[in-house]
Amino acid sequence: MFPRIIAAVAALGALCAVAGPVAAESEARHARDVRWSFEGPFGTFDQGQLQRGYRVYREVCASCHSMSLMSFRNLGQPGGPFHDAAFANPNENPYVRALAAEAQVADVDNETGDAIQRPATSADRFPPPYANEAAARAGNGGALPPDLSVITKARGGGADYIYSLLVGYERPPAGLTVAAGQYYNPYMLGDLSSAWRGDRHEIPEGGFIAMPPPLTAGQVTYDDGTRPTVDQMARDVTAYLAWASEPRQVQRKSMGLAVMIYLLIFAAIVYASYRQIWRNVAH
Amino acid sequence: MSGPSTYEPKSGFERWLDTRLPIIRFAKDTALDFPTPKNLNYWWTFGGILALMLGIQIVSGIILAMHYVPHVDHAFNSVERIMRDVNHGWLIRYMHSNGASMFFVAVYLHIFRGLYYGSYKAPREVLWIIGVVIFLLMMATAFIGYVLPWGQMSFHGAVVITNLFGAFPIVGESITTWLWGGFAVDNPTLNRFFSLHYLLPFAIAGCVVLHIWALHVPGNNNPTGVNIRGTQDTVPFHPYYTVKDGFAIILFLILYAAFVFFDPNLLAHADNYVPANPLVTPSHIVPEWYFLPFYAILRALPDKLMGVLAMFGSIMVLFVLPWLDTSRVRSMRYRPLAKWFFAIFVVNAFVLGLCGMNLPDALVFQVGEDAEGEPMGLTYVWMSRFATAYYFAYFVVILPLLGLIEKPTRMPENIAEPVLAPEPPAHKPGRRGGASTAIGAPQAAPIVAERGG
Repeated sequence: MFPRIIAAVAALGALCAVAGPVAAESEARHARDVRWSFEGPFGTFDQGQLQRGYRVYREVCASCHSMSLMSFRNLGQPGGPFHDAAFANPNENPYVRALAAEAQVADVDNETGDAIQRPATSADRFPPPYANEAAARAGNGGALPPDLSVITKARGGGADYIYSLLVGYERPPAGLTVAAGQYYNPYMLGDLSSAWRGDRHEIPEGGFIAMPPPLTAGQVTYDDGTRPTVDQMARDVTAYLAWASEPRQVQRKSMGLAVMIYLLIFAAIVYASYRQIWRNVAH
Repeated sequence: MSGPSTYEPKSGFERWLDTRLPIIRFAKDTALDFPTPKNLNYWWTFGGILALMLGIQIVSGIILAMHYVPHVDHAFNSVERIMRDVNHGWLIRYMHSNGASMFFVAVYLHIFRGLYYGSYKAPREVLWIIGVVIFLLMMATAFIGYVLPWGQMSFHGAVVITNLFGAFPIVGESITTWLWGGFAVDNPTLNRFFSLHYLLPFAIAGCVVLHIWALHVPGNNNPTGVNIRGTQDTVPFHPYYTVKDGFAIILFLILYAAFVFFDPNLLAHADNYVPANPLVTPSHIVPEWYFLPFYAILRALPDKLMGVLAMFGSIMVLFVLPWLDTSRVRSMRYRPLAKWFFAIFVVNAFVLGLCGMNLPDALVFQVGEDAEGEPMGLTYVWMSRFATAYYFAYFVVILPLLGLIEKPTRMPENIAEPVLAPEPPAHKPGRRGGASTAIGAPQAAPIVAERGG
């Protein structure tokens, strides 16, 4: 009976195996695999790297990208870039307060009701670079710079993808028409087939992105003497974005270890009880 | 089933309460003394695991509801606020989101257990049907719950699934408008989904009570499928199965904790961390993993209405399964053909899941190129068609026919037999002899005669 069934299924399969053809589509290049300090169940963030990453974010990214879910106080919370054990309450951390005071946020004057700008406090959210979406699009050739609050969770490939995108800009291959205000990036998702004049089986990897290559060597000055190469800045800002996407992740993993140890011991005890209770029952 | 009660009130208060509301007697008879077959294996532990998961989902969900805001402008950010600012909010939310996945892991294993050991057969048809109702309610609750974070996949998943009702002729459009509370998925949809997501788990809990009630009338099935004969075949539920279920629950919690603490977004989609935007459709809308097989069935058929009917039909067929399976042998241990078709059914379920995950036109494997040099081969949509055909054939063709043509192997006289003496080596079913053995009254098959042949 079985050989006949298998033969029938195989015959059906052969019949429908001609169920193509499938249009060739371009695919993004697979993100580079970076060994991050925060990977794995024991991974933690390097606080120095987070501080450098915040500087890159603040001086480069923040001119176009909002980070609406972040408050200045988050920078000083346990695990954060500017956490100081002497200040359990991050709102009292002078470094955090100073960082906040550098930014101006919109407010309303309590006396007059007039719209004003005042220095931010640690409780304020990061102020957005544009007043609204239309202004952001107008300032970026029609493209909307995405909010970076949860960006490494919001992209397949996570931190590897963000890093690869930042350092992965390449000269567009000959035969690819790049429109004004667009840039070719092999790690960007997209369909290049309509812009490709070459062999349609050889469509280049990647897609177009409206963000120009954001990092140039020496763009920021690091306080700790680290050389600000493009690769270094990309790693640092990606680590910072990965932290900001889930500020509680180190706490999560350390609690997980305790929970696992507890559960394993508990399992051993309950298994011993099981053997004891069932010892006289054949089953 | 539970037999005469052995409860003796110990104190004056217990005697007083026992004549008014014998709740202690009820608890002792059903949760402690309940006679349970002593040969249940670990596949039987998923009932307890599921009860625990329902409890975890309800408790974590109630806490999440204290912080969540069901409004299109605030839902996404309120979830992130839970992740960032609520004390241990990240833990509660990851327990809830991964809890849904673990709930489905357990329910699928529970259903496969029932399918293999014939737990749907008389006298447990009502028990099975209530189980299918619970499964349907779970699917509705999980789908609605996935909409609440109001990410891109939440929103566009909701659009796709609610639009399915539009496939029905004449009334379809009215139904979708009624479901949406408007002319598109919008704030009224999110509001009612939140309300229903809070309601349905309690409907599930009610059905679970009925499920356990319907279990306790005929009692547990067991791996042999043979009816239990008396107290020599059973042990009291407590402590024997509380400890065995307890051990299995802890192992399950270790798996659950591995997801929650070390890779909480592994089973989620990155797109759902992008706030919902009706104007931007994700390039590839996929449901959560536990719906992928049904999504594949939906897309397998070229016509939308037929696809919708097939998808609903794939669950509905489970309701009539007790009457489709004509074999009078419960456990597939003794069904040499059925166990192979069952194994294919399990593999087929994974194949359907794979089809649901991939783009329909993508190739499973390439066999060559066409005249224009384009790759040709088996596409996922065609593989899903074969798999869908097998899914339905298993229930409406294979199980009804197998019961008529299959010759079961020797069944034990009672459940104690395979426990105490190892089973004789399996042998090929002969062509001679009776077609099947009656449920609950196993005859000792003529083992000597068969060996001779």
